[in-house]
Amino acid sequence: MEVLLALMIGILYATGIYMMLRRSLVKLIIGIILLGNGANLLIFFLGRITKGAPPIIPGDAKVFSEAFADPVPQALILTAIVISFGLQSFAIVLVKRAHTVVRTDDLDEMNATDEDS
Amino acid sequence: MRTTIILKTASNYLLPVLLVFSVFILLRGHYLPGGGFVGGLIAAIAFILHAFANGLPNTKELLVIHPGFLIPVGLSISFLSGLAPVLFTDMPFMTGLWSHDPVAILGYVGSALFFDIGVYLVVVGVTLTIIFTISESA
Amino acid sequence: MTQQIILYPLYLQIAISVILMFAWFKISFQKVFSVIGSFISVGLAGWLFYEVWVNGTLTVQAGNWEAPFGITFVADTLAVTLVLLTAIAGLAVSIFSAGSVLRDRLRFGYFPIFHFLLLGLNGAFLTGDIFNLYVWFEIIIISSFVLITIGGEKAQLEGAVKYFTLNILASMIFLTAIAVLYGLTGSLNMADLAGKVAAIENRGLVEITGILFLIGFGIKAGVFPLYFWLPASYHTPPFAVSAIFGGLLTKVGVYALLRVFTLIFSGDAFLNKILIIIAILTLISGGIGALVQNNMRKVFSYLIICHIGYMIAGLGMLTEIAIAGAIFYLIHDIVVKTNLFMLSGVVYRIKGTNSMRQLGDIYAKWPKISLLLFIPLFSLVGIPPLSGFWPKINLIKAGFAQGSYITVAAIIFASFITLVIIAKLWAEVFWKKGEELPFRKHFGYFDKMTTFKRWQFVFPVALLSIVSLYIGFGAEHIQELSARIAAELMNTEGYINTVLNTAK
Repeated sequence: MEVLLALMIGILYATGIYMMLRRSLVKLIIGIILLGNGANLLIFFLGRITKGAPPIIPGDAKVFSEAFADPVPQALILTAIVISFGLQSFAIVLVKRAHTVVRTDDLDEMNATDEDS
Repeated sequence: MRTTIILKTASNYLLPVLLVFSVFILLRGHYLPGGGFVGGLIAAIAFILHAFANGLPNTKELLVIHPGFLIPVGLSISFLSGLAPVLFTDMPFMTGLWSHDPVAILGYVGSALFFDIGVYLVVVGVTLTIIFTISESA
Repeated sequence: MTQQIILYPLYLQIAISVILMFAWFKISFQKVFSVIGSFISVGLAGWLFYEVWVNGTLTVQAGNWEAPFGITFVADTLAVTLVLLTAIAGLAVSIFSAGSVLRDRLRFGYFPIFHFLLLGLNGAFLTGDIFNLYVWFEIIIISSFVLITIGGEKAQLEGAVKYFTLNILASMIFLTAIAVLYGLTGSLNMADLAGKVAAIENRGLVEITGILFLIGFGIKAGVFPLYFWLPASYHTPPFAVSAIFGGLLTKVGVYALLRVFTLIFSGDAFLNKILIIIAILTLISGGIGALVQNNMRKVFSYLIICHIGYMIAGLGMLTEIAIAGAIFYLIHDIVVKTNLFMLSGVVYRIKGTNSMRQLGDIYAKWPKISLLLFIPLFSLVGIPPLSGFWPKINLIKAGFAQGSYITVAAIIFASFITLVIIAKLWAEVFWKKGEELPFRKHFGYFDKMTTFKRWQFVFPVALLSIVSLYIGFGAEHIQELSARIAAELMNTEGYINTVLNTAK
């Protein structure tokens, strides 16, 4: 299981960065999404994979009675997912705006900022 | 925009059901998995489904207020619920304040519930604003 | 509880931005309210600074959860100094925005987002939890994305795409680093991490994690091989936005580096060597980059990069005097860089361009304003009584004490190149006989403005110039402050004990 997850994370990071290195803006967004998923999976993985109950104390008890999964990575992933949700939706709107204004999908043609003025 | 009659009819019934379900998820987050974020997303999905089936103008008419207005409302509810312990009990920011006796249906009510309601409203507002903006300019 | 005041600056900024959101379309109200709110925030930050200066480091546990488990907010001297500087720069930029940003842009929620950005900055300085730092960073970058794209001009959107991509990449690397750190130690509280990381046997893993943090923060700070987004984007948004970006956003990266590499990864010889090399290359490449530029804001963008090198060099040498130099430079740099971008805004309003080839005659037509603009420009160079001079003494002294003569040479080289650039800029923009530029019909020229509007441009520049004059002439106070911060950063026991409450 660990090996499988580690491979998965590696593939997600590699494909994400490969996509970000492309010149197309749409592929850039796909790259960002893949990279975000890779990072979330990495947090999950490094929080140790345990076979335990969900970290919720039953209503009639005060403490955990059996083995439970570490809740911190889950909280971190939830936060990271919310943040990447915001960033990705912003990215989509930005790329859409940029495309309507600049009329190109190619990052190499976006060189107005390098002009000597 | 052409949509099937099945989706159109179903979405009218699904909207209230999904909204009630989203409130259920919001309140369930008190003790079990669920909460404001997921609940808010479900409520937003209800409206988005309605917009797909009946067109954006109809959904906007249904909403009455612009969804963007929900963002500051939700933020202020969350912020004030976090601030309540500072103002009333001199405890640090976001310390949970809980009622002594359980309320019917809800169970113990605390400042965390109001924080979650705020999150719910912000999520509905943000999601709908984003989706409406994207689909309007498409 | 006096600790409660740590969070007052945060409450204030949230309250301001929520109230401004309710008044989304009432632009005139937004302007007045933002300026008043910024005045109050300077007062609050000053109060917080005073409390910490007298009583020492304060902490507050959000949600009343105990230290290593909950989120801690820590106000040590470094954090409150930066909060105070943020408030001052925020006040200046708020007034400047009210005067300079076009109404069409203000309609899209400029001021609420601006105060969200300040909220993120304050939060990042005050938090004592590494994941919470990530969340504040995200608040900062999301607000900055909105600010950089507001208005939606062609160059602006192209700059935004570059800015956006590399900043997202930086966040992802930062998140990866946090994941690895959590996997290594099982903790997120920075004070707790300090002890746990020091106890790890496998130093290779620690170094790799440190490098991940270095890359993540390095992109945000704009250090040598990672800075290309900065000069591609900082000259595109409105001047007020560049001012707050240039003054504070890269400095948050530097703050994070200072915090993480003194507290968590302190004293690792390999990481320090890398920091020194990066610092030298940043000093040289930033300086040379600025030399060949023609647009005023691009020159300042490259100078931001160049001068980040001073702070990284101080951090890399990691002695008390070097850190004191880095802190002093940080204090000076926030004020001056914010001022420089506002200055280029004033020049743009006078002549209608920022191209150094076309500019000229400003001294002949506006002698008083030119003399005012003289202060930030030459504070940046560090002509002796002005503020840029003193931190370099600390850094050079530290360099000689360590025998790292290459660092000293790079620092002196960067100072000279800054002098050359600013002298050239002064000659081209203020002294030279300028071209007759075509008159633009719908452009708000400075000489056609009302006196009130003119003051909205000049007052913030004057305010920050007075602050930098104080930093220069009252260098003794700032030196005392920097020395105290450096002592706190180098002896981490105080910080750790206060946060984890073990001393009592």
